[in-house]
Amino acid sequence: MARRRIGATLLLAPAGLWLLAMLVLPLVVVLVFSFGERGPAGGYAPAFTLANFLNLGSRGAAFRNTLVLAPLGTLACLLIAYPLAYVLAMRVGERWRTVLLVLVIVPFWTSILIRTYAWIFLLGGQGIPKLLGWLGLGQPMLINTPFSVLVGIVYGYLPLMVFPIYVSLERLDKRLLEAADDLGAPPWRSFWQITLPLSLPGVATGCLLVFILLMGEFLIPAMLGGGKVFFVGNALVDLFLQSRNWAFGSAVAMALVVVMLVTVTVYMRLMRRWGGGRDDVALM
Amino acid sequence: MQQSPLQDMDAPIAEFRAVTKRFGAVVAAEGLDLAIRRGEFLSFLGPSGCGKTTALRMLAGFEEPSEGEVLLDGQRVDGLPAHRRPVNMVFQHYALFPHMGVADNIAYGLRQRRPRPSGAEIARAVDRALETVRLEGYGGRRIWELSGGQQQRVALARAIVNEPKLLLLDEPMAALDRKLRRDMQIELQGLQRSLGITFVLVTHDQEEALSMSDRIVIMRGGRIVQVGSPRDLYDAPRDRYVADFVGKSNFFPGRIEGADGAEARLAVAGGQVIAGRPRRAFSEGQAAVASIRPEQVALLRPGQGVGLPVRVLTGIFLGEHTEYLVRHEDLGEFLAHVPRQAEAAQGRFAPGDEAIAAWPEGAALILGDD
Repeated sequence: MARRRIGATLLLAPAGLWLLAMLVLPLVVVLVFSFGERGPAGGYAPAFTLANFLNLGSRGAAFRNTLVLAPLGTLACLLIAYPLAYVLAMRVGERWRTVLLVLVIVPFWTSILIRTYAWIFLLGGQGIPKLLGWLGLGQPMLINTPFSVLVGIVYGYLPLMVFPIYVSLERLDKRLLEAADDLGAPPWRSFWQITLPLSLPGVATGCLLVFILLMGEFLIPAMLGGGKVFFVGNALVDLFLQSRNWAFGSAVAMALVVVMLVTVTVYMRLMRRWGGGRDDVALM
Repeated sequence: MQQSPLQDMDAPIAEFRAVTKRFGAVVAAEGLDLAIRRGEFLSFLGPSGCGKTTALRMLAGFEEPSEGEVLLDGQRVDGLPAHRRPVNMVFQHYALFPHMGVADNIAYGLRQRRPRPSGAEIARAVDRALETVRLEGYGGRRIWELSGGQQQRVALARAIVNEPKLLLLDEPMAALDRKLRRDMQIELQGLQRSLGITFVLVTHDQEEALSMSDRIVIMRGGRIVQVGSPRDLYDAPRDRYVADFVGKSNFFPGRIEGADGAEARLAVAGGQVIAGRPRRAFSEGQAAVASIRPEQVALLRPGQGVGLPVRVLTGIFLGEHTEYLVRHEDLGEFLAHVPRQAEAAQGRFAPGDEAIAAWPEGAALILGDD
């Protein structure tokens, strides 16, 4: 027994030490900084004040944008990814399935920076708006809007949503659908009653993955939001690298961590309730 | 599915008429003609790939025939999807819905009905179904809390609660251990009698088919070979395939030496001649096979009777009888089942013992060898 415990401790040690050094300690540092002041030449000066937290309101727009566009982006990804994953898992033959799955991954072969850059041209004045202008549909402003940021989000995060859903649909025992058919359920009803509930673990995983990553996103809003649509991530870049106010930046970072913890907890509670108390829906 | 009040109770509940099913170039079922009687327990028996599952799936509505007609209660149903057929199935691995409890699984079919029955009606029907399969009080359980045997009962309850015109069973016992399987077979048979629902079972287990069915359909290579009661098939198999598949038998190949309607004489190895009842018309010189069931072969001590001199190779004790493998100089190896009483009278045979093998007149069947 004792030997087994020592073995487990040894196995956990690398990950534990890593987390301690790379997560817990930095978090403590950020927490300490958040109660300090901006040094005279930028950076951090020791102090104990709540001023940084009281000043959070000045970055309200960043929090608002993040808290609107991250869930919206997650939802948009879900609505596009689910049908795609469904077709891949349920309707496509073995050979085409592999081809299509590779196509879903192909964008990952180049950097997200380059791909997002391409969207600047596509959505910019010389891209899609010009095409629409030729077709006599007016020249809407697409770039530097919440819409363009959303397009970038869906483009960048879609595969992260497709795969967990695909896996849960692919694993679904197709005989259950025959059983539902046999018991009198037309296809659309067996989808709602069997397929969808049983693919919820994949949906929950995909949403959690995309949502958490989106909460910290800064690249897409920086490139496609043109300084008008910015996330908390952009505020952090600005505070730490531009205005070098580490203390206020730390307070914003702590606020983001708290917001994230609250939303993810609420989300997992909700999923668990919908999943009828199944842990796999909430945790997978 | 309109049901006329003046229904002819002798009319078949389901029919295959010249049904052929192809999957691409593969013919899964060919020229099926079969009438399933109202209230009977019918089994499709055959090795895997013989077309029995395809036949069942065409009744369920999961497959459509490439040619021919499928009728349910006098009405054509080919082209009708499974969810619109008054037929229910017990799946091989039960296919219970894992995200629903036992009661919700059983209620699933009733909840698909339009107009939808009331909650109280559904609850009553579910309780009755649970009682029928002897799982009273299990309604609140989750599926994964149940044993294999209990899951099997839930699958059964989920099907019979809908009072289907046909209950289809796709190798339902395959996942159960031997003892449980035996109990379940007896229970299924009792259930079928008390419910009066027509059961159609698919199995590759001849013992299962023999013990439960009113009639058995023997299939081979997508075709129906013979349809009959377990006794008919055992006592009067149409050919060597059926005799081999239903029960054990000894086969002695040879050529027809002479035949009339009542008796055929088969010349087998070493100049031996076996006389038996022919199961079809034979002409002289034709290849055929004599079939003799092991329990009809008696083993005697040398000098105690007339028969074939054999040497005992092995003896396997099987409870009610001992199965001896013996060897005759010309006929080769064959089996004899010696009942306990006979053993008590003359003692056990040991490997290497000399013995006399004999069978009563008329015990041999002369069958086509194909």
